[in-house]
Amino acid sequence: MTFQPTPRQLTAIKAALFLLTLLPALHYAHGLWSDSLGANPIEALTRGMGIWTLNFLFLTLCVSPLRKLSGWHWLLRLRRMLGLTAFAYGCLHLLTYLWLDQFWDVDAIARDIWKRPFITVGATAFLLMLPLALTSSHAAIRSLGGKRWQSLHRAVYAVAILGVVHYLWLVKRVALLDPIIYALVLAILLGWRVVERIRLNGPWPTRSTPPAVQPVVFMKRDAAAALGVPKKR
Amino acid sequence: MLIRRPPDLLPSEITPEPLARGRRALLKGLGAGAALAGLGLPQISQAGSLGTLRPSPLSSDEKLTPLKSVTGYNNFYEFGTDKEDPARHAPGRLKTQPWTVTVEGEIKRPRTFSIDDLLKLAPLEERIYRMRCVEGWSMVIPWVGFPLAELIRQVEPNGQARFVEFVTLADPQQMPGVRSPLLDWPYVEGLRLDEAQHPLTLLAVGLYGEVLPAQNGAPIRLVVPWKYGFKSAKSIVRIRFVREQPRSTWMKAGPSEYGFYSNVNPAVDHPRWSQATERRIGEFIKRKTLPFNGYADQVAGLYSGMDLRRFF
Ligand code: HEM
Repeated sequence: MTFQPTPRQLTAIKAALFLLTLLPALHYAHGLWSDSLGANPIEALTRGMGIWTLNFLFLTLCVSPLRKLSGWHWLLRLRRMLGLTAFAYGCLHLLTYLWLDQFWDVDAIARDIWKRPFITVGATAFLLMLPLALTSSHAAIRSLGGKRWQSLHRAVYAVAILGVVHYLWLVKRVALLDPIIYALVLAILLGWRVVERIRLNGPWPTRSTPPAVQPVVFMKRDAAAALGVPKKR
Repeated sequence: MLIRRPPDLLPSEITPEPLARGRRALLKGLGAGAALAGLGLPQISQAGSLGTLRPSPLSSDEKLTPLKSVTGYNNFYEFGTDKEDPARHAPGRLKTQPWTVTVEGEIKRPRTFSIDDLLKLAPLEERIYRMRCVEGWSMVIPWVGFPLAELIRQVEPNGQARFVEFVTLADPQQMPGVRSPLLDWPYVEGLRLDEAQHPLTLLAVGLYGEVLPAQNGAPIRLVVPWKYGFKSAKSIVRIRFVREQPRSTWMKAGPSEYGFYSNVNPAVDHPRWSQATERRIGEFIKRKTLPFNGYADQVAGLYSGMDLRRFF
């Protein structure tokens, strides 16, 4: 059974998803307001924004596998919102660090980024997210062209890997369990892609046909939508 | 001998104010405790008051960290890795009666103390100390206890004793966290003998005038206020006087990150973060971290001639 929402249903789904993406932020805002984030609310806030950056990044990476497994191709239409939400939480995470942790002390921040590998890795991940967020619009997809846009946006894999490395690196040894679980989930999400590629194109060395036919088709459809071409249903 | 007193130490001969202030904060804290109880959250044990306490000239006069934070935000990995885990899991699980502390090794009078023996070993004092965690936060806590030096005097170290090792409880029945293979249990800490004999070094049996809550290391723990918090071992069951420098749990876990001395030192960063500043729990703006956590006048002499970057 494949479910295909009407445009109105899709709009409703997007609106609902948008409200859901606000929930973690509202939870933390309320926690700050009501002083219920524990004895060290600023630490809780920084960590909360960090973990939700990663959560939304992972949800973004779930879209392709879910679409493939369920045949619900419209799921692709939710991906940009999930990705941008990850970026928004990333910005909040960075803001809590710059403001509440370092109080805009430029020297200390520069030293931190330079000296502390876990901060260096987090900062790299954040920098890599920037071009992806900036080229998320239909106009950007159009001007880059589907293929170039797609290769640029493969950087999301690097962002996720760096995010997990950042997490693994910052916790104390006894608290490694949570980041290890994240690392395993990421391994599944990325491993699925590798397997898919091999399934479609054969193993790397003998590959002769251009890869990833399927996604390109969908990029085209998205681009078409951006150009206002009505779609057949 | 002239003992220089840092400006934040109150002369107790003049006024037992720290104690009075502790009591006031306790009442406030209990208010918070009652509110917590209403929410069904764990609160300080009912075991009760420790009676009349001697105030101490070694106490700080800084604003106390609220009881709710002192008992609700803890690192006690035997009960889990979140700061809230100890308060969730330790009360009700940790059995502190009966409890014995075996004192052994290079001493003339080895002995196993019951907790009641220890409570009577010396007059209990209130000591308001700053506590600086290696993670970059700090508190001000009104401990109740007696100087470790009193116990050391009674067991009489022989000439061979140079270090003191503290071994803490590791019972998987009571402590779910010790099933984790990521740290080497039981948790072990150590001090040089002269550090252990220093008047600031405390064996604490309570805080805020009450028996020590389970999550803070009941029934008896170490408090060494010029060192990072992890040096102050909780729920101690064995104290050994030894010749060689003990290898502490954290030294085994990360020799490059945790040294034997672990004196609070803003000039020596932890490899993963800076130690120059700290967030006092309850405050917004971070404070500058002080050498030896502000106890340099009393303890810097213990380390004269030592390169504190090497012996971190
Ligand atoms: C300039 C960029 C970044 C900086 C300066 C930064 C800094 C930090 C800091 C200071 C912490 C808290 C450490 C602690 O409390 O001990 C943290 C935690 C965290 N950060 Fe970042 N971060 C950055 C980017 C990112 C990005 C891009 C991601 C995700 C892809 C991320 C994910 C996380 C996670 C998952 C945590 C741990 C949360 C937890 O413990 O539950 N960070 N980060």
